[in-house]
Amino acid sequence: MVGKGRKKLISKGGVRVDGRKPGDLRPIKIKVGLLERADGSAYVELGKNKILAAVYGPREVYPRHLSLHSRALIRCRYHMAPFSVEERKSPAPSRREVELSTVIRDALEPVIFTEFYPRTVIDIFIEVLQADGGTRGTGIIAASLALADAGIPMRDLVAACAAGKVDGQLVLDLNDVEDKEGEADLPVAYAPQMEAVTLLQMDGTLTKDEFERALKLAVDGCKQIHALLKEALRGRYLAVGDVVEAGVKKGKGGES
Amino acid sequence: MLFVKSRQLVIPGDLLAKGEYAAGENVYKGRDGFYASKVGLVVFENQVIRVIAIEGGYLPSANDLVVGKVVNVGLSEWVVDINSPYRGVLFVSQTSRRSFDSRRDDLTGILDVGDVIIAKVLEFDRTRDPRITIRDRGLGKVTSGYLVKVTPTKIPRLIGKRGSMINLIKSRTGCQITVGQNGFILVKGKRVEDEALAVEVIRMIERDAHTSGLTDRVGEFIGRGSEED
Repeated sequence: MVGKGRKKLISKGGVRVDGRKPGDLRPIKIKVGLLERADGSAYVELGKNKILAAVYGPREVYPRHLSLHSRALIRCRYHMAPFSVEERKSPAPSRREVELSTVIRDALEPVIFTEFYPRTVIDIFIEVLQADGGTRGTGIIAASLALADAGIPMRDLVAACAAGKVDGQLVLDLNDVEDKEGEADLPVAYAPQMEAVTLLQMDGTLTKDEFERALKLAVDGCKQIHALLKEALRGRYLAVGDVVEAGVKKGKGGES
Repeated sequence: MLFVKSRQLVIPGDLLAKGEYAAGENVYKGRDGFYASKVGLVVFENQVIRVIAIEGGYLPSANDLVVGKVVNVGLSEWVVDINSPYRGVLFVSQTSRRSFDSRRDDLTGILDVGDVIIAKVLEFDRTRDPRITIRDRGLGKVTSGYLVKVTPTKIPRLIGKRGSMINLIKSRTGCQITVGQNGFILVKGKRVEDEALAVEVIRMIERDAHTSGLTDRVGEFIGRGSEED
């Protein structure tokens, strides 16, 4: 039963609060290599989420005692800007942010060839500028692109996407309202080439059958996102080449 | 069986080939084939597949010429920043100095913090920091010039086939250019304008390193530059 004062999240026609069908992803916008100072960077918009990731390294480890003699250390900081949510968030790292930093680090480490750079560190910074549900997944996407942009050897790009249950129905890529008001949320990070799930969390309740269907839905979502990531990374270099060709032609024209 | 064309742009995780091949740089062997591990361009050489990386840092290798900056002075060695995650170590024995007594002599008399040097990597195996030397012709302290920093992966492109690109820039701008494999480049010219032109060209190559027909465009660009003045 839908209680009093609680609005319906999926209409009779199967349309969600933001006009999507249950199996639809939110519109995604990707920009790679936009920060001059970082070794690699990426900016991702997934619906209303706006997330910036920067990667530094491999570089020397400070403090020294943290360095590992057989592989590179990976450090990750997930941080939400004070203005990223409706009510001002304290800029100090919260318990939630510390935990997310760790799970994101663990989601990315399996794809990185850390053994190539012993005694070094790779630093990943994820800055949430605007949050609208599924920021850990969007953060993983941005970080994975930033790592590739930094020229760090990787087995695969990690894509991430959530599935969940809203108004008794399984849906893909939950937004903020669906995440908060819905029955369950299942964020997944997946490396398609390795066929490896590198992050799997669940909030809420699902039956065993629902869980299996939701996982499959989320993995399919990851595959769709992965294709978009590949396209974005390729586009960055192809676009530069096109601009160069155009620039030279223009220069020639100006001279004559 | 090949899944990509030669010189094709690939990204990490892209399947390159299946079957009897060998993995070169930036390529790894997965469960059922060969995959790219970096963003770059594919090259096939006989049965070896490798990827020329577009982005990436510098990893020292023996006999590399590098340009570095002294960051610390020890009792009998200097620590040199060579733009890599591992710092170069230069021992007194690797300078042209004949005798050195740490009780009597001061290392800062030879090189001090902030000095820029042209050096060569002696050895490196990742377990210890790379040892470097300045005991050879053309190596040692740098006293003048303009220091440019570029992404180390673009250095081969800047040098060109048998030095074609770098020789073009040298002859057209009249500058002396020392290219460190670590991405530090030293430009020394008679006039400031010559140095500025050389630096501009180097920046252009860094930006467009992955495009084809670059040498021609650079030649055209420098030609235009010299016509203007």
